[in-house]
Amino acid sequence: MISGNLHTYLIVAVFLLGLGLYGMMQHRSLIGMLISIELILNGAGLNFMAFNRFLAPDPTTGQIFTLFIMGLAAAEAAIAVSLIFAVYRKYKTSDPEQISDLRG
Amino acid sequence: MAYGTFTEVFFYLFVTLIIFGALVAVSSPILMKAVMGLAMAMFGVAGLYLYLNSPFLALMQILIYVGAVCIMIVFGIMVGYTPKELAAYAVGPKNTVLALIASLLTIGVLQFGILKTVWVQASGAGAGDYSLAHLGETLMVRYGLAFELISVVLLIAIVGAVAITWNGKRGGLSK
Repeated sequence: MISGNLHTYLIVAVFLLGLGLYGMMQHRSLIGMLISIELILNGAGLNFMAFNRFLAPDPTTGQIFTLFIMGLAAAEAAIAVSLIFAVYRKYKTSDPEQISDLRG
Repeated sequence: MAYGTFTEVFFYLFVTLIIFGALVAVSSPILMKAVMGLAMAMFGVAGLYLYLNSPFLALMQILIYVGAVCIMIVFGIMVGYTPKELAAYAVGPKNTVLALIASLLTIGVLQFGILKTVWVQASGAGAGDYSLAHLGETLMVRYGLAFELISVVLLIAIVGAVAITWNGKRGGLSK
């Protein structure tokens, strides 16, 4: 039974992490980078749930940790989208390489 | 046996959803397609949560990630402007190859670690109380402080998001 094996879940989570890293480096827009971050966070949540199911003595700990990851991901996405709005309004572009000057 | 085979088939289906969705999410130059891929991958992860004995987390995954985060990103795509050429014009073939090498190296090293490690189970692992009542009680009693803190974080994030966009509208950021 492949669904009852810890390794399956860990390998799927590593796959999500690797693809998220690739997307972070390869995407050429701020929204694309945000999508990749969400993939990485999903991988982390899956990891916690797998350890919770197969290794931990108390099955609520991992579930609560995953709930917290979801809450923080929602907050992070809200902040990131509003920052992208602000950046777009100032620079009229969504290209990360154009956003290179600061003001003191 | 028939029931077991049935669940295994669905497991493969969910894993396929994750892999295909994540590939679309990182490789599509059209951002709307990338978000659809992200939603697909999150649906797959929710399916895996069902196999890990927590239907509540699966529902929360669909509600929060697919329902809230993806919709917010779609909103960001439609209001902000990212031309297709910009997304398609990648950082150059050399950098794409470097990114591919880095991510494949990460996957390889971590998989080596996963397969080589001897995972030690705690006594009574996987046999505890998975009921929703127990989960809620632990959340409110044992992790009460963290619960309160995350509600404060969410409140500050909402206020901050509104403040940042509102400030831009008044011209504070665009001066």
